[in-house]
Amino acid sequence: MNAVPATVLVQSESFIYVLYIVAFSLFIQGLRGLAGPTTAVRGNRTAAVGMAIAVIATLLNPGEGNWGLIALGVALGVAVGVPAARGVKMTAMPQMVALFNGVGGGAVALISWVEFRNYGSTYGSRTVYVGGELGGVIVHVGAVPTYVAIFSVFAAIVGSISFWGSNIAFGKLQEIIPGRPISLGAAQQAVNLVLLVLAVAAGIDLIAGAHSELLFIGMLVLAALLGNALVLPIGGADMPVVISLLNAFTGLSAAATGMALNNPALIVAGMLVGASGSILTKLMANAMNRSIPAIVAGGFGGGGAIEGASGAGEHAGTVRTTSAADAAIQLAYASRVVIVPGYGMAVAQAQHAVRELTKELEDRGVEVSYAIHPVAGRMPGHMNVLLAEADVPYDQLKEMDEANPEFQRTDVSLVIGANDVTNPAAKNNASSPIYGMPILEVADSRSVIVIKRSMNPGFAGIENELYYDPKTSMLFGDAKTAVSEIAAELAHL
Amino acid sequence: MIIATILTTNLAILVLAGFVGFVVISKVPNTLHTPLMSGTNAIHGIVLVGALLLLGLPGLDDLSKALLVIAVAFGTINIVGGFLVTDRMLEMFKTRPKPAKDDKDEHDHEHGDGGAK
Repeated sequence: MNAVPATVLVQSESFIYVLYIVAFSLFIQGLRGLAGPTTAVRGNRTAAVGMAIAVIATLLNPGEGNWGLIALGVALGVAVGVPAARGVKMTAMPQMVALFNGVGGGAVALISWVEFRNYGSTYGSRTVYVGGELGGVIVHVGAVPTYVAIFSVFAAIVGSISFWGSNIAFGKLQEIIPGRPISLGAAQQAVNLVLLVLAVAAGIDLIAGAHSELLFIGMLVLAALLGNALVLPIGGADMPVVISLLNAFTGLSAAATGMALNNPALIVAGMLVGASGSILTKLMANAMNRSIPAIVAGGFGGGGAIEGASGAGEHAGTVRTTSAADAAIQLAYASRVVIVPGYGMAVAQAQHAVRELTKELEDRGVEVSYAIHPVAGRMPGHMNVLLAEADVPYDQLKEMDEANPEFQRTDVSLVIGANDVTNPAAKNNASSPIYGMPILEVADSRSVIVIKRSMNPGFAGIENELYYDPKTSMLFGDAKTAVSEIAAELAHL
Repeated sequence: MIIATILTTNLAILVLAGFVGFVVISKVPNTLHTPLMSGTNAIHGIVLVGALLLLGLPGLDDLSKALLVIAVAFGTINIVGGFLVTDRMLEMFKTRPKPAKDDKDEHDHEHGDGGAK
C-alpha cells in the first residue's frame, strides 16, 4: 500500500461520485431483469445492491454527521417497513403500493422544506452562501443558484401532491374512505385549477426571493389540498391509472430533488421511476380508452352512472341462472376453458379456489388458460400476482391481445368477478360510456358462465349485455364459494 | 460558468435517464407490472440519500433535524419494504411446476388435497 491513507481515497469526491454511477447502473440493470419472470428475482436483488452502494457512498461523505439521528430514522423505517412487507396479503398489494408511493413523495416534500429552511434566505439573491456542501459535490459559488430553488420548489409541490394523493388512494383501497367518487361536481376542475395556480404562484414568489417560511408552508398546504382534490373524485376501477400516475409523480419529484442536491443517483433513480409510472399510466388509460386528463377530472362516476341507470330498464332480456352442479358438468365436458378473472376474485380472495378448480379440470384433460385484461383489479398486474400466489404457471396467463383470437375456439369462458372488461357494448354500442374500450371478447366463445355476486352493474354503472346473451348463464354468489362448489361438484362427477 | 456546467451536466443525465427508463420499462411484460410498481417504490427510496446528505449540513436547527429524521424513516420504509415485498412477489412467479412436460416427472402430484370429497 502507498502512503495515502485509505480513508482519503474512499472519502474523495470522485470516489463517491463513481459509487453513485455504479449504483444507478445497477438500478438500470436490475430493471432490465424485470423483462421476464425468470430473471426478475435477480433483477430486484441487483437493484437492492445498487441501493446499498448509494447509501454507503452517501455515508462516506466527509461532511456527514448526526449519526444518532440517522440511526433513529433508519430504525423507525425498518420497524415499519419490514413487518409491512412481510405481512401484507397479495390482495392488499394496491394499498401497499399506494402507501409506499406516498411516503416517497412525503420524504421529498420534507427534504425540500429543510432545504428552504437552510438555504432559502439566498433564493433569488446574490447573497454569499456560507452553508457548506450541497449534496455530495461542493458547489463553489457565492449564492445558491436559482435552478436549485426551482427544482426544490417543484419537488416540494409534486411530492406533497403525491403524498396526500397516495394517502387518499390508500384510504379508498383499504375502504377507510368510500371508494365511490367524492367530488364537488362541476366546480371540481375549477377548484383544482385554482389550487394549482396558487401553489405555483407561491413557488415562483419563493424562487424570486420571498424569504417567508410561512409562504413555503402555505405552498405545501395548497399542494396537499390539490392532492386530496385530485384523488377523492376518482372511483374504484380508475385506481390502476391513479396509482400509476402517483408513482410517476413520486419518481419525478425525486429526480427534481436530485437536481437540487446535485446527486446523480437521485436523478437517475427518480427518472427511472418517473418513466415507469408514466408508461404504466399510459397503458392503463389506453386499456380503458380514456384520456389521462379525463380520468383525473373524475369523469365516469357522474354521466356514466346516469346513462346506465336509465338504460337498465330497457333490458327486458332474460337472464339465465345456473347452479354449481350444472356449471361443473358444462366445464367437465369442455375441451377448452378460458378463465377471466376480475376484481371480484381479489375481493373474495378466490385465487386458490380458482387454482384448485383449474387442477380438477386439467386432470380431466381440459385445456385451461386465463385471459387477463390490463385494468382487471385495482393496479397494473394485480390479477397476475394473485394467480402467481396460487401457483398458476405464468405461461397460462394470456394478455388481452393474445387471448382474444382464442375465444372463438373456446368451449366455455368462466368469468369470475369481472364485468366492464367483458361488456360487448364497448364494441357494439356507440352510445355506451365505455364504447371503444378494448375488451376481452368472451362473447365469441361457445358458452359463457359468469360468477357474480348480484346483477348490480359494475364500476361504470352500465348494464352488461353479455349477461342477456342466450349462451351466457349466471352463477350468483361469492366468487370463492361458487368456485369451490364447482370444484367439489367436479370431484363427484 | 461553473453553475452552467453543473446544471447542464445534470440536465443531460436527467434526459438520458428518462430515455433509458422508457426503453427498459417498455420491455416489462404485463404479468410483472405489480412487481414493477413495488420495485420502483423501492428505487424511489433513493430519497433516503437526499435526507442523509442534508443531515450532514452544519448548523441544522431542531425542526430541520426532526423533519429529516422523518424523511430518513420514509426513505428507509421505501427501500426495505419495497425490495422485500417485491422479492416476495417475484419468488411466487419463480417457484412453479414446469408446465406440461415435467408433470410426468415424479414431483407435483396433487398438492393440497384438503377441500373437496
